Amino acid sequence: MGLERLGETTIVTANLDRVVGWARKNSLWPLSFGLACCAIEMISTAAARYDIARFGMEVFRPSPRQADVMIVAGTVTCKMAPAVKRLYDQMAEPKWVVAMGACACSGGLFPTYAVIQGVDTFLPVDVYIPGCPVKPEALLDGLIRLQEKIAREAQGGAR
Amino acid sequence: MSSETLSLNLGPQHPSTHGVLRVVLELDGETVVDARPDIGFLHRGIEKLAENRTYHQVVVLTDRLDYLAAHSNNLAYVMAVEKLMDIEVPRRARYVRAALAELQRIASHLFWLGTHAHDMGAMTPLFYALREREALMDIFESLSGSRLTPSFLRIGGLAADIDGRFVETVKSFTDTFQGRVDEYETLLTDNPIWKYRTQGVGILDAPDCVRLGISGPMLRSAGTALDLRKAQPYCCYDEFHFEIPTGTAGDVYDRYRVRIREMRESARIARQAVEGLPEGPWAAPGSVTVFPAKGDLKQDITAVIRHFGLVMEGFKPPAGEVYHAVESPRGELGFYIVSDGGSRPLRLKVRPPSFVNLQGLVKMVRGRLLADVVAIIGAVDIVLAEVDR
Repeated sequence: MGLERLGETTIVTANLDRVVGWARKNSLWPLSFGLACCAIEMISTAAARYDIARFGMEVFRPSPRQADVMIVAGTVTCKMAPAVKRLYDQMAEPKWVVAMGACACSGGLFPTYAVIQGVDTFLPVDVYIPGCPVKPEALLDGLIRLQEKIAREAQGGAR
Repeated sequence: MSSETLSLNLGPQHPSTHGVLRVVLELDGETVVDARPDIGFLHRGIEKLAENRTYHQVVVLTDRLDYLAAHSNNLAYVMAVEKLMDIEVPRRARYVRAALAELQRIASHLFWLGTHAHDMGAMTPLFYALREREALMDIFESLSGSRLTPSFLRIGGLAADIDGRFVETVKSFTDTFQGRVDEYETLLTDNPIWKYRTQGVGILDAPDCVRLGISGPMLRSAGTALDLRKAQPYCCYDEFHFEIPTGTAGDVYDRYRVRIREMRESARIARQAVEGLPEGPWAAPGSVTVFPAKGDLKQDITAVIRHFGLVMEGFKPPAGEVYHAVESPRGELGFYIVSDGGSRPLRLKVRPPSFVNLQGLVKMVRGRLLADVVAIIGAVDIVLAEVDR
């Protein structure tokens, strides 16, 4: 981006992709979608102390049609997986997926017949956040990394 | 006139179902004719998993059952194993356990209050309640290193002695807490909108509660003062002064009143527990289940061998079966353990209050409006991980 003067007025010149990327990364609307323990920490992150609104992400949307980022907060079981997939499919592009916690990343504590061993088996995950459960600070760190990634993508970088 | 009903699918992804509960509602206009709860969306196989873990390793699984009241789950499980092995836990450990269980009850009720009010359109209580909850999370974190899933209890006592600041932080929390509860009450208790939404909604009388096995605040809101802390005292509860709040109507509003008063009582108990905290050991001395002290591991080879044995093989309780229940924030939480004399449970069965309490849902929502369903589900205070296990 650059500043140019044209007579009395100041003009900002920028690449449109970068402006769009800047706008996108600063208004991520997460899907309000809790599965298990990590969802409690996700709610704590939205509350006063951790205040996710500082990063423009406080607009939790219960409808997938209005959401940009799916935070998979908790254990995905075999019974729940089709619903998670359907929710992802219902989200409009561009969309991102954050695997929050050990269960979403790899099945975590539950190597059993009932639990999907990592949501990356059926969803394209952008950011993995380890922890059992993930602390609010870690969730914020993961989401900031997602923002950086979105800015990188806008400049034509790799996903 | 058509008499067809409309099937409406509520959940598993719905902001008001408190997790992944699915309820298929049959609607006639806006009136609920019938409801069919569909559970199992968070079935993780914890009971099966416990059969392949040593007794100590199961403690971390119990945290993830009812993650809003992890201490209560730890407590119910370790007390069941202690009962099986006939271990006498020192008084200091019992006092700390009681204090933690009561702080956990406050934390759980605060989360319930915030989300329940949020479901009904009141945004402010969520932020107020989570503010106090963060203070409790700080206490748990400084004690155990974890906010939500502390696993601070061990079979035979505690994981470690409490640190120096625990007593002071609990005291300063209980000093201010009663005033904070007053704040929540000014927002809701006499609020006409809140009363319209909750009074006379989701009534379940005491005989129905007993028939369905419902316990905890739901039963007490219907007028039955059954609380395991009084009925079969554990953890020195018979030494603390507290009352059991009860309601009369058994509706959503009375459940709210009962839980609010329970938070006040819990703060009183926690205060008494830290003020009267006895000196002495924090784990049963000489018990086969207790890990040797960290300091001994550097000097004493027998301590190293015992530690290695406990981690790798675990201990072996006698063959038999045992059931022990505690009063969790949601009601009677019990663990039933069958031992064949090995180092792993042959069978571990949880009696989760959420699962049993949820059975009242269908009776409560029949004939009510669709909007009442949200209020009723919120007032049951379910945790789906505990329902599905």
